[in-house]
Amino acid sequence: MVTIIDYGSGNIQAISTIYRNLNIEHQVVSKAQNISIETSRIILPGVGSFDQTMLSLNNSGFRSKLESLVISNKVPILGICVGMQILAKTSEEGKLGGLGWIDGNVKKFQFAEKAELRVPHLGWNTIEMEKKSSIFNDFEAQRGFYFIHSFYFECANEDEILCKTHYGNDFVSGVQKSNIYGTQFHPEKSHINGVNLLKNFAQNVEI
Amino acid sequence: MLRSRIIPCLLIHENGLVKSVNFSNYKYVGDPINAVKIFNEKEVDELIVLDIDASVKEVKPNFDIIRKIASECRMPLCYGGGIKTVEEAVEIINLGVEKVALSSSVLNDFTLLKEIGDAIGKQSVVVVIDVKKSSSIFSRMTYEVYTLNGKNKFKYSLKECIKFINEIGIGELVINSIDNDGLMTGYDHALVKFVRDNTDYPVTFLGGAGELDHIGKLFEDYGTIGAAAGSLFIFKGKYKAVLINYPSFVDRYNLYSK
Repeated sequence: MVTIIDYGSGNIQAISTIYRNLNIEHQVVSKAQNISIETSRIILPGVGSFDQTMLSLNNSGFRSKLESLVISNKVPILGICVGMQILAKTSEEGKLGGLGWIDGNVKKFQFAEKAELRVPHLGWNTIEMEKKSSIFNDFEAQRGFYFIHSFYFECANEDEILCKTHYGNDFVSGVQKSNIYGTQFHPEKSHINGVNLLKNFAQNVEI
Repeated sequence: MLRSRIIPCLLIHENGLVKSVNFSNYKYVGDPINAVKIFNEKEVDELIVLDIDASVKEVKPNFDIIRKIASECRMPLCYGGGIKTVEEAVEIINLGVEKVALSSSVLNDFTLLKEIGDAIGKQSVVVVIDVKKSSSIFSRMTYEVYTLNGKNKFKYSLKECIKFINEIGIGELVINSIDNDGLMTGYDHALVKFVRDNTDYPVTFLGGAGELDHIGKLFEDYGTIGAAAGSLFIFKGKYKAVLINYPSFVDRYNLYSK
């Protein structure tokens, strides 16, 4: 059972539509107590600002429930966009602390003037895998993924970087530490590559 | 490398899909949900859907139709039309729309633009500006801004509007050329250059694309940019038969590498 956390942030509908079309059992929960005991995967979407996302996570009772599932019971979780950024300790976008599950801080893109690199980093870009993971099974490299963000995850530990993307410099576009996954891009809006990634996360990643 | 985006733009009028020429002569071209389904299959980069009735008729966004479009849409979706409050913008994001397009309401109230950005994240805020050339024998050519489907000339020029928007911060600027709308003769490159020189935010241009080479020319001259089009992806052939179309990934790839 894939449990999609609906804490009033992010594109819940698109993710659940993809799982419905794949015939993969899933639920969307807006209350922590409704998380099924059969939950074997968790998706933490995110659109919006860092603080707003943390605030709704803290206030909804989801945080402690997720900590017990993810940290104690090692249930695989996938954070998307801001949902990945809140895995970090801090963000330049806000004042609140993140979950701190993956060591690192979220920074704002800064480019020299006239560098022709606009912020947000918006559109389709490719990724370079930094480690092998079954989450990338059937990945079509040239097509890439859809991004929309002004902040990026600066990972403290090299071995927790899943993939990188080039925009001015290389930045971390995916993280992974044992059962904890995060993608800066939006798999739910990335056509076939995104569908495959969500499918792999549900069925193929190692527990 | 970050690719340029090729974006179909759909106009909704009386719950149907329409296409205009110079912001008038609206022609019914089909059902919006059906169009979204076809664009899904064609794996489009992104989709812009604008309800051209809501602001003019002073009604709220049609949340029901937005919900239907968003849940059908497998690509990033930008919706605009009739959004006048922070709450409405939040509701649209919660329906599964990535980007909210704002025009008359925020041009008249830049504080609202800031408040919406704070609520949904600035990266999700798109400002759409409808632009018309103006020149008189007494002054240099300027770009004027129009609201409410080209009906009202706005008090500030394009340059002034962009300056205000730059200070507040947004995700993307969509510039819609009223002069070139529906003509299918190419983008207004002077306008593109003018806007790009005046802002550091991502910019998408709409109005004038009639063939893929027009988009290719935009990529060739300006690097990474958004190229939006209505007629090009809705009509086919010299008799303008309605046929939803979009270039294949290989054809797009050839345009990117120009």
